[in-house]
Amino acid sequence: MTQFQQKTQITRIERLAKDIVRITLESPEITSRAQPGQFVMIRTGNGHDPLLRRPFSISQTSNGKYFQILFKVVGRGTEILSHCCEGEYLSVLGPLGRGFHVDCSAPNILLGGGMGIAPLLFLGKYMSRKCISNPPKVVIGARTVSELSPLLHDFKELGLPVYPATDDGSLGYHGFVIDVLQEMNLAADTRISVCGPYPMMFAVHQFCRAKELACQVSMETTMACGMGACLGCIVPVEKGGYAHACSDGPVFDAEELLWEVK
Amino acid sequence: MGSEMKEVDLSVSLGSLKLKNPVMTASGTFGYAREFAPYVNLQRLGAVVVKGISLEPRIGNPSPRIVETSCGMLNAIGLENVGVKRFIAEKMDSLRASNVPVIVNILGDTLDEYREIAAQLADVEGIAAIEVNISCPNVKKGGVAFGTVPEMAEAVTAAVKKQSRVPVIVKLSPNVTDITVIARAVEAGGADSVSLINTLIGMSIDSKSRRPGLANIIGGLSGPAIKPVALRMVYQTAQAVSIPVIGIGGIETVEDILEFMLAGATAVQIGTANFINPRVSEDAVEGLAQYVKEQKMGSIRELIGALVTA
Repeated sequence: MTQFQQKTQITRIERLAKDIVRITLESPEITSRAQPGQFVMIRTGNGHDPLLRRPFSISQTSNGKYFQILFKVVGRGTEILSHCCEGEYLSVLGPLGRGFHVDCSAPNILLGGGMGIAPLLFLGKYMSRKCISNPPKVVIGARTVSELSPLLHDFKELGLPVYPATDDGSLGYHGFVIDVLQEMNLAADTRISVCGPYPMMFAVHQFCRAKELACQVSMETTMACGMGACLGCIVPVEKGGYAHACSDGPVFDAEELLWEVK
Repeated sequence: MGSEMKEVDLSVSLGSLKLKNPVMTASGTFGYAREFAPYVNLQRLGAVVVKGISLEPRIGNPSPRIVETSCGMLNAIGLENVGVKRFIAEKMDSLRASNVPVIVNILGDTLDEYREIAAQLADVEGIAAIEVNISCPNVKKGGVAFGTVPEMAEAVTAAVKKQSRVPVIVKLSPNVTDITVIARAVEAGGADSVSLINTLIGMSIDSKSRRPGLANIIGGLSGPAIKPVALRMVYQTAQAVSIPVIGIGGIETVEDILEFMLAGATAVQIGTANFINPRVSEDAVEGLAQYVKEQKMGSIRELIGALVTA
């Protein structure tokens, strides 16, 4: 695997909803090597506060040259990034981690909740090209229509069948993505790829375990370095001890993880 | 650039350990070096200090293990490591191949554990020095950290020194009343040099959730926030002992390194900054070479302890 530390230029910054921002960055090196499910570490400034880089999954690539990150403003780091301007440069480290395993021979379902939808867009785009005879179905959910509709648009552009759900019923199914999944008619060899809040991924994992379906999940943790040095980004594993989200993941087979009611 | 660099004398000596420049990477912030190979030309560095090794593997603490604080970070990793046997079997080959002096950081719960790790490492090719982490609790003395009691610090130093064929560096804890007392104790125990400071014990709380930032509740503070404390302790220690002092604590830039050397450090270790800029150590070496050249200095060693106080 090849990684880079680069100053990359912001070619576009969009506010998709009140707190949801998408930044497009230019880097042929990172873009051309990125795999769906991989992430980058971004510095929010040059100073000491905030000190650490922030991890972002790659939400889309285009023309072998541009990649996008998609995030909700949740803290100081994302707040600063949301005020960046086109033409500015950001220090980016990546692409990092192990991404999604892609198998076009089986029916695939991509399941995303909230900002967890971001890496699934990259995966959906990749599979829409690679798995032409067997394109994945996409189930995505968010709290309300304003958070979901911009992302829904991107998936529809890919020509993939999309099943939206909102907590408040303002768009698509009124309920959670797991409810949509439960109502689907699933073949026994269906493969499910999930990214979203922990309780949602836990529920999907339990559903898949009961139905004996293959399930891979993308885990989000705090991390300082993103490259296997700080050992901060741990995920408990079934066999005992911990895996590291940055280097063993962030995408894991759900069966390998030790799930805990939180 | 390469040939111009060679004219500049950046070399320093830590007792019998000769380094081509004073820039090392701190234990626990540089993995086993190969993690940084995509970003850094490892052989440009003075030395690398690898992740602390214990006798048996340790899985470490639960999550969250790290939390960002103002100009710094707290960590309670819990000394996760593969243990000395797997370290030798799985990590030493790539370390030897990286063509940079390798310093192995060791830790233990008892005097016997330190002794045993040092003995197992004594026959391993390609280790330039041992760095002893004495900030660990001594389980046979009620969990008091080795590095906080002069007699225990001296004893652990002597035990490791007796087993080792390479220079022994003792890494001091700042969580003491007077670090110079501990520094003198490890010097008496036979330490070839001291490195300081380890992290400062700290804590963070999220008032919204009313929870601690770390699962372990308390952890070690590192980063630029601790630099003034580290500089002060390096300054005091350099005056208290006659063995070389290695400065650690919030170092990121060439200016930081100059400050530590002026305070009396012979060499430095870069820690937390590796997480933010994995190339920071090599950048620092290039910056130091530039500085020595611009200042028309014969050697970087002219800086050591050259603080002007009058």
